[in-house]
Amino acid sequence: MLKFCFRTSAFLFNSLVMRSSFQFLLFIFLLGISQKSQAQEKALAPENDLCLKCHTHQTFTFHNKLTKKDDKRMMNPLYILDKSHFSAGVHAKFKCTDCHSADYSNYPHNAELKLEPLSTCLDCHGGDKKYAVYQFEKIDEEFQKSVHFQKSGESFTCSKCHNQHYYQAKSRNSSVVGDIVSFSNEMCMSCHSNNTKFQLISDTLKPALAQIHDWLPNQELHFKNVRCIECHTRVVDSLSVSHNILPKEKALKNCVECHSKNSMLEASLYKYKNIQSRSQVGKLNSIISNKSYVIGAYQNDWLNRISILIFLMALAGVCIHVIVRIIKK
Amino acid sequence: MTSESKIYFYPIWLRIWHGINALGILILIFTGINMQYSSPKFSLMNFELAVNLHNISGILITANYLLFFLGNILTSNHKYYRLKLKGLIKRLNLQIGYYTAGLFKHEQPPFPLSEKRKFNPMQKVSYLVVMYFFVPGLIITGLALLFPELIIEKVYSVSGIFMTAVFHASLGFLVSIFLVVHLYVASIGKHPLNNFKSILNGYHDISGH
Repeated sequence: MLKFCFRTSAFLFNSLVMRSSFQFLLFIFLLGISQKSQAQEKALAPENDLCLKCHTHQTFTFHNKLTKKDDKRMMNPLYILDKSHFSAGVHAKFKCTDCHSADYSNYPHNAELKLEPLSTCLDCHGGDKKYAVYQFEKIDEEFQKSVHFQKSGESFTCSKCHNQHYYQAKSRNSSVVGDIVSFSNEMCMSCHSNNTKFQLISDTLKPALAQIHDWLPNQELHFKNVRCIECHTRVVDSLSVSHNILPKEKALKNCVECHSKNSMLEASLYKYKNIQSRSQVGKLNSIISNKSYVIGAYQNDWLNRISILIFLMALAGVCIHVIVRIIKK
Repeated sequence: MTSESKIYFYPIWLRIWHGINALGILILIFTGINMQYSSPKFSLMNFELAVNLHNISGILITANYLLFFLGNILTSNHKYYRLKLKGLIKRLNLQIGYYTAGLFKHEQPPFPLSEKRKFNPMQKVSYLVVMYFFVPGLIITGLALLFPELIIEKVYSVSGIFMTAVFHASLGFLVSIFLVVHLYVASIGKHPLNNFKSILNGYHDISGH
């Protein structure tokens, strides 16, 4: 059951190659340092040069053995990789053949290679103590409760949201909330604002997002400053990002869940930022350096107390004055 | 209404302005408290409604402020706000002395109101501060929060929106304190309701002061 979710339709780790202990150690090492170097572009494996020579360009040239001439063709846009995004992603140091068949080294590629099932995410990430911190099994468990799995079953793979080539652990590592939000929302939007991709898993047209969210005040601000999953998932404390995407009827519609002193956002969007800041600069600093301001969520105890005290003093002054006025009438 | 002890203090434009302002500020304080102290367990009103009402009332108060501003420029009402700094502390002390002692001994007020003097020194100072500092400050920060893309993102690593919001809430709180004191002081007179009647019908009974 675990496998369905992490099976990918396109490019994934190749467990056969991962058997190489050197590469395996390299992978662990990369995960270890990924917290610091996540968003930085890394040098790509030199073995990839040949693949990327064609797969990062709009056109490619090859020697046609039948005509005995060089042929220049258009590259299928789906197979063009963005090199800078790839080199900023968590799998940047991988060789293409770590996940794709080694037979791809030959050109023309054998058409049947496309039919080979690729490894699932859990093949590399699951059941290993080294990855325990990421809790892939728990993610899978949560995902199976989600509307994505309930509606589409195993055909809804991790890669539907997480592009293996470009993925960055933003919510865990970025200190800029705006980046976390846009990175996360782009995942949702890749299908929910794209009918072609949406119809990979649904026979209907995508819902009109602006229209179904028209009840939400300051819609644009919300879309820009919080993630879709803030309202569309149920927060699980032990997980970095909740994967139980709820059916729309169960999505959060109660403003005060976020707009209150114990804002739900503290446990979701600001979770990692809060943990980081507590150890570095203190909670107040982390709040005042946020780009956004959540009405009702930032209540300071001593400011609250001072304001209540001043208000009570004003009322007490009035009461005393009234009493003296009555006595001296 | 034509009695000699009554002065036509509050022209109709001023009473309309004051009425709208009073209603708007009451809504703003109520909805503002509801937003600032919102909680899933307890709320005075629906959060979404509070946000919408706060925004609408804020815009109304802003437009109304223009009426106040223009009214003061175009009529002679502005003369009542002129403040002479010389001897101000002494005049304020006299007025405070009256409110805290003289009033109880049934003394005459040190600054009896007349056609030339609509406000006593304490009123003048507090109205000036509220109407020319607090309310414009609230309008500017409020409009900025309505259009947060206009706010400078960071000032020395502190979020511009956060600072604006804190400033807005603090000024709002000070206005709510002013409101409590303003309402109470208005009850000081020959009869506790006299001043409330005056701001409705425009005529102020000076015999009580």
